[in-house]
Amino acid sequence: MVFGPLSGQRSLFLTAQEANLLARKTSREKSARLRTITNNLAAPILSVTLLLAWQFGVGAFGLSEFILPTPWQIVRRIATDPQVLLSNAAITLSEVLAGFLLAAIGGVATALAIFYSTLFERAVYPILVAFQTIPKVALAPLLVLYLGYGFAPKCFLAFLLAYFPVVMSTVVGLQALDKSMVNLARSMGAVEWQIFLKIRLPAALPNVFSGLKVAISLSVIGAVIGEYVAAASGLGYMQLQASSQFDTTLSFAAMVVIGLIGVALFLAIEAVEHRVVFKREAAK
Amino acid sequence: MNIQATTRSPAADEPKIHGVNVVFEALSKAYETREGGEVLALDRTDLTISPGEFVAIVGPSGCGKSTLLSLTAGISEVTAGRITIDGEEVKRPHPTVGVVFQTDLLLYWRTIIDNIMLPIEIKGWDKRSYLPKVMQLLEQVGLSGFGGKFPSELSGGMRQRVAICRALVQEPRLLLMDEPFGALDALTREQMISDLQAMWLSLRNTVLFITHSIEEAVFLADRVLVMSPRPGKIDLDLKIDVARPRSWKSLGEQNFINYMGEIRAIFESRGILSRAAT
Repeated sequence: MVFGPLSGQRSLFLTAQEANLLARKTSREKSARLRTITNNLAAPILSVTLLLAWQFGVGAFGLSEFILPTPWQIVRRIATDPQVLLSNAAITLSEVLAGFLLAAIGGVATALAIFYSTLFERAVYPILVAFQTIPKVALAPLLVLYLGYGFAPKCFLAFLLAYFPVVMSTVVGLQALDKSMVNLARSMGAVEWQIFLKIRLPAALPNVFSGLKVAISLSVIGAVIGEYVAAASGLGYMQLQASSQFDTTLSFAAMVVIGLIGVALFLAIEAVEHRVVFKREAAK
Repeated sequence: MNIQATTRSPAADEPKIHGVNVVFEALSKAYETREGGEVLALDRTDLTISPGEFVAIVGPSGCGKSTLLSLTAGISEVTAGRITIDGEEVKRPHPTVGVVFQTDLLLYWRTIIDNIMLPIEIKGWDKRSYLPKVMQLLEQVGLSGFGGKFPSELSGGMRQRVAICRALVQEPRLLLMDEPFGALDALTREQMISDLQAMWLSLRNTVLFITHSIEEAVFLADRVLVMSPRPGKIDLDLKIDVARPRSWKSLGEQNFINYMGEIRAIFESRGILSRAAT
């Protein structure tokens, strides 16, 4: 008996051997499904456990809300002040998005220049790497001096933090392409823009997206740090205000919202990635 | 690009000689090394390939056989001498040439059909009018029904078949193959070699086939060229006078054995194969 697509015709009745195989297959499928369910539940279960430990730990150790509020107190605080949190979140979000978009566009453009021009690579690459070693957070006070207290320094700081990973991963993605792939396209008479659009770009996209995913988290950090240094609005500013007024719960609430923004943006990029990038493993 | 090219559609298939003639005149190729020196990969090689001829080039690694192929494909530049295809000097990739490399080089994000369509897309021809041609090719290589699949769903042998379809879809009058079966397991290779012969018998285009394998060369080719290493030169030009279609059984026949012995003798005299090993 031949199995699989090679067997020309199938008999209506299963042999004992086939029935056995089939049964084993379904039980294997069942255990695989169970494994997926437990894998998917692992993170929620752990999170809930930690939150419960926090909630009851605070009571057990008799900590005051001013030292460490419970998760429930934080949730309640968010629910009572949603307006303030939302309006500040909108400001932070706009800084993050503007900085991120600049970094994405500028980063990919820089990567292309590095890839296509040896001169540019020789001239700019070492400077970029050197600049990357400077802790950019240290630039925040200077940025306030140059760009003022408003939107610009936060957006710029978000851009600065996010830019480098986009450049690096895009360059790596472009350089990873098998040279014979390019030769093949050339032999078909392809010119460079065709090779770029049909081969180089799609081949580099997984790397570009891994850069973008790192970049989005970093631009959230950049914007919030910018707000810590000097600002009149935004979640970072709000958090700082709350701390100075010993309103620890509000400080935590702002932190939760910052975290939610980061997660939401990360998931948004992942969703775009799923639409645009064909995963090598997906077909397996 | 001219207007004729954009409206091109597949030609009606009549199996007559479809090949071009290829002429190498005093062809040399030198590469620059990292240290700034020069390595002569190919030294004043002369060769004439007739239309519809199947020519195999055998030689050890580094003998310049792949260089010869990439020069013919127009993807690397000639140092001295010239190559002409049907009298036209090769200065850029010739539109009627298809290339198959050792690895399949399929784009993993494209379906099988879209991979085969790549040259049609690049040339800006009408993809829809080539769909029947793609289907016919897939059927010929035993892959009908796989058109919508992705390369990762296929075995190595299947993928290399797709690569051959991709080279054939534009109906090339010259097919260049650079060790196309080198990465396949022995059984798959044997099957692919038989299939290639059958396909070529129906197409009758000119083929330049590069290989490490003496057996493969003798089985497939009308003419086997043996190249010597560094600088590459043609050492032996052997006409294989065996009726087609050839079968693996005929490999045991005396004339086949004699041809293979003759090629082996060249390698022995060059010290590439030791007498004890043969």
